[in-house]
Amino acid sequence: MPVERTKFYQVGSFAVGNRLLPPEQRAVQASPDRGNSLTCGHRACRGCGEALGARWAVDAAISATAGRMVVVNATGCLEVFSTPYPESSWQVSWIHSLFGNAPAVATGVAAALRAKGRTEVRVVGQGGDGGTVDIGFACLSGMFERDDDVLYICYDNQAYMNTGVQRSGATPPAARTATTPLPGQAFGQGKNVPLIAMAHEIPYVATATVADLRDLEYKVRRAMEFRGARYLHVLVPCPLGWVTAACDTIRVARLATESGLFPVFEAERGEVTGVTKIRRRVPVDDYLRLQGRYAHLFGDPPKTDVIARIQAGADRNVRRFGLVD
Amino acid sequence: MDDKPFAITLGVGTSRANKTGAWRTERPVYLDRLPPCNQACPAGENVQRWLSLAEEPSYEAAWRQIMEDNPFPAIMGRVCYRPCETACNRGKLDQAVGVNSVERFLGDEAIKHGWTVPVTAEPSGKRVLVVGAGPAGLSAAYHLTRLGHQVTVADSGSRPGGMMRFGIPRYRLPRDILDAEIGRIADMGVTFRLGRAVTDLAEAMRGFDAAFLAVGAHLGKRAYIPAGDCARILDAVSVLRDLEETSAPALGRHVVVYGGGNTAMDAARTAKRLGASDAVVVYRRTRDRMPAHDSEVSEAGEEGVRIKWLSTIAHAVGGTITIEKMRLDETGFPQPTGEFEELAADSVVLALGQEADLSLLGGLPGVEVDDGVVKVGPNMMTGCPGVFAGGDMVPDQRTVTVAVGHGKKAARHIDAWLRGATGRPAPKHPVADFDLLNTWYYSDAPATVRPRLEMARRITTFDEVEGGLDERTALFEARRCLSCGNCFECDNCYGVCPDNAVVKLGPGLRYEIDLDFCKGCGLCVAECPAGAIEMVPEIS
Repeated sequence: MPVERTKFYQVGSFAVGNRLLPPEQRAVQASPDRGNSLTCGHRACRGCGEALGARWAVDAAISATAGRMVVVNATGCLEVFSTPYPESSWQVSWIHSLFGNAPAVATGVAAALRAKGRTEVRVVGQGGDGGTVDIGFACLSGMFERDDDVLYICYDNQAYMNTGVQRSGATPPAARTATTPLPGQAFGQGKNVPLIAMAHEIPYVATATVADLRDLEYKVRRAMEFRGARYLHVLVPCPLGWVTAACDTIRVARLATESGLFPVFEAERGEVTGVTKIRRRVPVDDYLRLQGRYAHLFGDPPKTDVIARIQAGADRNVRRFGLVD
Repeated sequence: MDDKPFAITLGVGTSRANKTGAWRTERPVYLDRLPPCNQACPAGENVQRWLSLAEEPSYEAAWRQIMEDNPFPAIMGRVCYRPCETACNRGKLDQAVGVNSVERFLGDEAIKHGWTVPVTAEPSGKRVLVVGAGPAGLSAAYHLTRLGHQVTVADSGSRPGGMMRFGIPRYRLPRDILDAEIGRIADMGVTFRLGRAVTDLAEAMRGFDAAFLAVGAHLGKRAYIPAGDCARILDAVSVLRDLEETSAPALGRHVVVYGGGNTAMDAARTAKRLGASDAVVVYRRTRDRMPAHDSEVSEAGEEGVRIKWLSTIAHAVGGTITIEKMRLDETGFPQPTGEFEELAADSVVLALGQEADLSLLGGLPGVEVDDGVVKVGPNMMTGCPGVFAGGDMVPDQRTVTVAVGHGKKAARHIDAWLRGATGRPAPKHPVADFDLLNTWYYSDAPATVRPRLEMARRITTFDEVEGGLDERTALFEARRCLSCGNCFECDNCYGVCPDNAVVKLGPGLRYEIDLDFCKGCGLCVAECPAGAIEMVPEIS
C-alpha cells in the first residue's frame, strides 16, 4: 500500500496523530482544524461505525478539495440520523433526494457544475450498502459507465440497519438478520460491488475500513486526484445490527481485515494496484465470536462446518489479493 | 405567521441543539497510571517521563528529570541491574525498551556538556552528617543539599564512591565517569572528610542536627576451609579493594573463586584480567539458585570463566584444592555426595557475602541491630531519633540503585524531620498492566543492542566492556517506549469519537470529553494505545 508509514516506534503511524510528528504528517483527524463535516448531536447509535467512517471520509475530501465540494446523500441511516428536519449535523454543502437515486443526483450536480464552468467544485456521493448495492445500483452502474466526475462512497454495514436490520445484497453468509432468520443469510448470494465497480474499468476503486484511518484518508485523497467515476467501499461495523459492544466497533473492523474476510485494496482502471497486508492474522472465529449475529454458530455443538466455510472464504481472499507475504 | 417559505414550518438549525450526552450510562475519564518501569525503579525515577523528554529529543530536560531522583545517570547506565527493563510491558510485545542504555547516553551527554544542577532552596541552617561516601550516602548528600541543608560526608576510604569504587571493577564502571558524577555533587557544596573512619558516632555528631549512616558492607564473610600452610586464601572484597587502592594482588595462574554472587563473578573476571589462565567459580547450588545476575554470569562465561556447579571446597593444600560434589535435597538444600575432585588452585578467593561493620554505633541509644543489619522504620530512621540509615547496612537488596533510592528517601524524611514535619509520600496511581494497552497502534521495533568490547581486549585489560548508544540509536530506543498508562497525545481518542465529543486542548494540555455530546460508547477507551482512559458509571 503506498501509504507512507512513518517510522515512529512509539506509536507507529497507526495512531491518529503523534506529538513528535510535524502537523502535515499527521492524519486529517488529528487536526484541531479538521472539517468536522458531521458534527455533534447526530442521532447515530453509540459507537456507530458509519458516523465515524463518514466524518473521516468527508473530512479527508474537504481537506483534499479545500472545502470546495458538494455531498449528495442517499437515504439510509446516515441521512436519517444526521438530518431529521429541521436539524442537520452536516457542515458541508449537502443534498439529499431519494433512496435509490444518489449516484444520479451526483451525476446531475457534476453536470450542472460543468455547465456553469465550476469544475473546481468536486462532487461526492454517499450512501449505505442498501442504497448502493441494492436500491441505487442501476444509477451507480450508469454513473460508472458514463465515467461521471463523482467519487461515490459506500458505507457498508452489511444490512438495512435503520429500518430494523433487514438483509441487503451486502449481507455476508450465515449472518442473522430480521429477514434471514436462522441459519442466517445463505452462502453464495449477494454482490461484491468493489469488484463490480472494477469491471466498469473506472479510474479508481478502493476498499477501506474504520480500523485504519490513515489508509482511509489516503484513499479519499488519492481518489480526488482523479477525474471521472471513482468508488470507495468502506466497511463500517454496526453495533445494533451486528450485535456488538459499542466500544468494539473499530476492533471488529480490524478483525475483519486481519482475518482476511474483508480485503483492503485499491485498483486503477480495473487492475489491483495496492493491497494492505495482514499484520497479525487471526482465524475467522475471532471476528465472528464478537458478534451476536453469528452467535448461532457457537452454540452447543458449534457449527464447525459453517465456520469452516467462512474460513475458506477468508483464505480465498488471502490468496486472491495476496494479503499475506 | 412567520416569514418561512411556503410549506416550511420549522427553521433549520444545527444538530448541536440535540444534547446526546443524555444517552450516556458510563463516561470516559482520563487518568494517569503508574508505568511498570517507574514502579520497579529502586531509585524512584520517573522513567517514563524522562524517556518522553528524550524522545522529543530534549536530552538536557530528560537528564534533569533523572536528576530529580538520582544523581548518577551515567553510573546507573553502567551498573544498574535494570529492574525497569524486567518490568517493561514492551517485553511482552517484542523486547523491553533499553531504558538503561538511554540513561547512560543521557548521563554521558551531561558529562560531555558539563550540565550541573543548581541549588535553589533557601539555606535551612541545618547541618547533616552523612557517614559513608557510597551510593546511599552520596545520594542522601545530593538530595539534602538540594533541600537547603549543609552536608558533610565522612568516609574511611581515601576517595569517595564506596563500593562503586572499591567493589565494582573498572571494566564495568570507568573511574572517570565515577569521578565526574561525584565531582558534580562536591561542586554543589558538599563537604567531604575522607580517609578517617567514624568510630564513635555520638562524638562525630556533635554540631550536626541529624545523621545518615550508610557505611555499607565491606567485611567479607569467611568460611572455614581446612587448609595447609602454603594455601593462599583471600577474600573477594579485599582483592577488589586492593586492586583499586594499592596494587594488583598476586593471584597466580589458577584461581578458584568460592561463591555464587555478583562479587564472585567480579572476582573471577578480575582474575582473568590479571593474567589467570584459569578462573573457576565453585558454587554449591545450581544456576537457577545463584544470586548473581544473568548479565554478569553470561559475560563471565564469554570471557572464559568456568563454573563448577553443585560443589563445595573440602580442603586446600598447596597448589591444589579438593572439591566435593553436592546434590540438592527435596528442600533445595545442597547435601554432600562423597564424590571428590581435585582442582589446581594457586589461590582461593572467597566471595561468600559481606557484612557491615557496625562498630560505630556503639553506645548509641535505641539503635537495634538484627542479623547483622540495622533496623529502620518506614522513614529510614533508626531507633535513635535523628539518626537515619540506608544502603547495604539496612535490610534490603544490596545494589547501587537500591542504595541510591535509600539515600533519596532518607533525605526527604530527614528534611521533614528537621523541619518538624512528617514526610507523606504522594499516593500511588494504579499500575498500567500490559492488558490495558491497545498494542495495535505500536509498530514493531526490536531493541537496540549495545556494542561490546572485543574479547581480546576484554580479558587482558580493564577497559569498559559495554559501549554506549550514539544519539541516533538512543533516540530510536527512547521512542520505543509505549508510554504505558499515561497520555502521550497520539490523538486517537480525538480521532475515533463518532460523536465528535473529544476536545483537543493543544500541545501538552491533552484532551477533554464534551459531556454534552458524549454518548458513552467507550471507543476512545478501547482504542487508547496507552490505557490512559477508563469508563466510569454515571451516577444517577
